[in-house]
Amino acid sequence: MARLSYLDAGRTALAEELARDPLVWAIGEDLGRGGVFGQYRGLAETFGPDRVSDAPISEAAILGAAVGAAMTGTRPVVEMRFSDFALCAVDELVNQAAKARFMFGGQARVPLVVREPIGMWRSSAAQHSQSLESWYAHIPGLVVACPSTPADNKGMLKAAIRCDDPVVYMEHKNLWALEGEVPDDPDYLVPFGQARVVREGGDITIVSWSAQVHVVAAAAEVLAGQGIEAEVIDLRSIWPWDKERVLAGVARTGRLLVVHEAVAVAGFGAEIAATVAERLGRDLKTPVRRLGAPRAPVGYAPPVEDAVRVSRDAVVAAVTEMMR
Amino acid sequence: MMHRIRALEQVALRGLDDKVVLGAIHPSIGQEAVPVGVMSHLSADDLLLSTHRGHGHTLAKGASAQAMMHELLGRVGGNCGGKGGSMHIADFEVGMLGANGVVGANIVIAAGAAHAIRLCGEDRIVACFFGDGAINRGPFLEGLNWAAVFRLPVLFVCEDNGYSATTRTSTMTAGAGPAARARAIGVPAVEVDGNDVLAVDAAAAELIGAIRSGGGPRFLHARTYRMTGHTGADPATYRPAGEVEAQRANDPIGRARDMLLAAGVAAAEVDAVAAAALAEMDAAYDSARAAPYPPAAQAFVDVQDIGSPAVEAY
Repeated sequence: MARLSYLDAGRTALAEELARDPLVWAIGEDLGRGGVFGQYRGLAETFGPDRVSDAPISEAAILGAAVGAAMTGTRPVVEMRFSDFALCAVDELVNQAAKARFMFGGQARVPLVVREPIGMWRSSAAQHSQSLESWYAHIPGLVVACPSTPADNKGMLKAAIRCDDPVVYMEHKNLWALEGEVPDDPDYLVPFGQARVVREGGDITIVSWSAQVHVVAAAAEVLAGQGIEAEVIDLRSIWPWDKERVLAGVARTGRLLVVHEAVAVAGFGAEIAATVAERLGRDLKTPVRRLGAPRAPVGYAPPVEDAVRVSRDAVVAAVTEMMR
Repeated sequence: MMHRIRALEQVALRGLDDKVVLGAIHPSIGQEAVPVGVMSHLSADDLLLSTHRGHGHTLAKGASAQAMMHELLGRVGGNCGGKGGSMHIADFEVGMLGANGVVGANIVIAAGAAHAIRLCGEDRIVACFFGDGAINRGPFLEGLNWAAVFRLPVLFVCEDNGYSATTRTSTMTAGAGPAARARAIGVPAVEVDGNDVLAVDAAAAELIGAIRSGGGPRFLHARTYRMTGHTGADPATYRPAGEVEAQRANDPIGRARDMLLAAGVAAAEVDAVAAAALAEMDAAYDSARAAPYPPAAQAFVDVQDIGSPAVEAY
């Protein structure tokens, strides 16, 4: 084990995979100088500018070239800086990467990783703050990963690079500095679709992912002080999502709250809530609930930005209501 | 080969009338000289990215006509098992990495395939075909710039038939045209009469030679004409009276025939090639009609390894 930041855990994962497999390479704007957040610091020096490559500000070409390079036998990791910018390459991801294998009758594999950081990050405003994971969960062919801890950012990024499917890999910008214990094992892989139980508890199941997991965990501590034991589940990936673990938890607790940073309307919480209602609706002690952002863009000024955050206190209030 | 492409599409259009070709097809009748002239300089190792109007590219790259016909009819035995149809034909065995339903999308994919070739230190090249309409899409700029910046082995081929679907391209395109745009990005470009198969062949030889010797990307602007509508179902009434008639004398197959006869080849020999092509495609069509559709379970095959619908019980 080593104590690493979320950012350095991802950097370590990529460095290990670059060293392990000569077909792995990374490309994106500013990678030669470490990338916009420093996630690639030192890698161009170690692996050379061909394998950790700068790119023009051409999102469609970055992702489209990755599709061509993946179909031609390499394993590109592409950096989009912000999930907001990746929208300039939606055709390349949704129409090309996600569908090539199927529409060509299995002749193609598209083993690429699209790193597109998500989430609110103080005063980054409407075009640098979105959490768009549910968009991609809707698209057959894609895997969607949202790691919340340093250990997961190592094990999941490595699993993404080794995966033969295109993976939308969404790190949360507010977590870069978060430190935690990270396994040294160069083959440490976190499989997709296997949730992490953050906290055991018998009164209510709270499902979350990405940075919101930490808000929920803090709320669970407060609730414990009030005698309410919440089970907290970090989904880790939302496609595939660990339906079995969520259903097992709710079957035991009889209560489900889904919490995410993304807009609640048509967010992935709706899928989870609907699934639980379909499967366990008659056995629930209280109707399922979702907490997400209101359907408004993220504002710049702190009070405006905070107005669309799901806070610890909002989670505590929702659970308290559900326990009545 | 031009006869084979022509015959394949004529038979495919019959399939539309017979209601066995169920989806849209985009014929390239009148444009056959471009893929034939270019592809004669590519080997099976070289890669090809094609378009929605890609039957000619695919056949010329070496795909089986019978498998293509099965694919057009959505049948077992098609290149993609009947799951792609005309707009998504691919044959990776012969380096054909796919037609594409999105105009211009293949340009950046081609750049990436060439990028992988360069990373792996291989000496093959990529050919990427698109129409004149594609030069107004962002991926045209992004893909050509990418190929130029990284000095990648790609031949970009703009098949300029004058129409962007049903709109005259000239009415919607500013500036001096495809070759000028390529040159402005730093990609050397050659303009050619795309209905003269020998001229295309000569231009392609020169450009591909430069690419193979490490010169980076090249651009071929081939002026041609689409004798049919945008799709097999488009009567193309938007074209001025007489335009198609005037183009008949410019038909690449007719012009090639004239050249052969002038060179002393017997007319019967040329006619035999045409008849053989038609017979081949008729047989492919009969084979396709007799083949079954893929089973419904194919809907869940080759979606993804992780979280696939086969595992997911909906």
